Amino acid sequence: MIRGMFVAATLVVGLSSVAALAQNATIAERQQLMKGLSQAGRAPGAMLKGEQAFDLAAVQASLKTFAETAKKAPGLFPPGTETGNDTAALPKVWSDKADFDAKLAKFGADAEAAQASIKDEASFKANFTGVVRACGSCHETYRAKKN
Amino acid sequence: MRRFFPDLFLLLIAGLVAVWWATRPATLTTTEAVGIDYAGDISKGGVVFNAGGCVSCHMTPGQTDRNKLGGGLALKTDFGTFIVPNISSHKTDGIGAWSALDLANAMQRGVSPKGEHYFPAFPYTSYAHANIEDIRDLMAYLRTLPAVEGKASGHDLKFPFSIRHFVGVWKAIFLNTAPIVDDPLHTQEWNRGRYLADALGHCAECHSPRNALGGIVQAQRYAGGPDPEGRGWVPNITAKGLGTWSKADVSELLATGFTPDFDSVGSSMASVVKNMEALPKSDREAIAEYLKSLPAVDGPPKPVKK
Repeated sequence: MIRGMFVAATLVVGLSSVAALAQNATIAERQQLMKGLSQAGRAPGAMLKGEQAFDLAAVQASLKTFAETAKKAPGLFPPGTETGNDTAALPKVWSDKADFDAKLAKFGADAEAAQASIKDEASFKANFTGVVRACGSCHETYRAKKN
Repeated sequence: MRRFFPDLFLLLIAGLVAVWWATRPATLTTTEAVGIDYAGDISKGGVVFNAGGCVSCHMTPGQTDRNKLGGGLALKTDFGTFIVPNISSHKTDGIGAWSALDLANAMQRGVSPKGEHYFPAFPYTSYAHANIEDIRDLMAYLRTLPAVEGKASGHDLKFPFSIRHFVGVWKAIFLNTAPIVDDPLHTQEWNRGRYLADALGHCAECHSPRNALGGIVQAQRYAGGPDPEGRGWVPNITAKGLGTWSKADVSELLATGFTPDFDSVGSSMASVVKNMEALPKSDREAIAEYLKSLPAVDGPPKPVKK
């Protein structure tokens, strides 16, 4: 009986540790994804400020990252990952999941549209800023102040 | 001993009455309010509106029209939950019936038109340093915004913080009403930046740590601290935090929300950026000039990551 309880307790602790590790891994993955977005934005951002020469290939690569991330991100916020691993995701992600997912979908759609419309420096200057406006509009509601 | 007891008791009562009297709401004096009655400039008022960040708290939540200032946002703090009031031009539910002097007393002394203390969740500790002309112009601008129906509900605060009159004690400690005077040793741009940040932008209200009574720890002004709303950390924006940033980086962040690493600011700062975007570029650069001049100050230690 005691042995049975011991086994049961070990299983519970073991399984919940595994679950926590799995949840933390999901959180870590989405944190990496977001860092990837900021890395992808750096070169085009520098081009907009005139600090770097315009490079169409680099811009297109960044837009591709944006579009891919927008598809992957919604699935990385399952229930159970509201806290842990120093996540900056606010509870509204889960209470307003439909709006959260919709904002990501719009970001992805804007990035894909820009992939088609940006062919040179002029179209880059006209269209790129609109795509990255999505960052602020999501973060205002869904991201905690810098942790 | 029994002979002194009644005297001590009376002394105590007299002392409490004196404190009560000394901490009653104090409005602007006639001299301080000179100029409030002249006609306000609506477009200058628009600049004050954006620099002062009124929208970020007073905009009706759940919609995106920045002209609808119906209040209702809930600010959860250690003292309880504050509900932001309606400041639309509605005559009964908003401030449509207010005079410019009413607005000045509210913003600069934290006193309502009925003569009651406002809770310092409303950052009058910063607005107290604004120029009276800016308040006058702001009123002219606010009057052009639509009336929004619906008074916001009252606050839900913990005792004893719920007792309005005690705010008078808080003000005696933490409200400094000295106007900001231009420093002749600094450029006009720096002075404009300091005015925008300290008097209108009220940046230090979020970017500084607070003590147990909710007052700013002035020795660590701008050095960041825990988010007053509970989750997250507000960054240090003295040279300790901005040392590697150029002035252009700072003014760029105010215009776009992007850091030099292309990280995008979150939560209330994203809302601040929407306000800063609307200012003239020279004003953003002035704020950057001022912030970049702040000497390095260590903020409070961040809690261990969980």
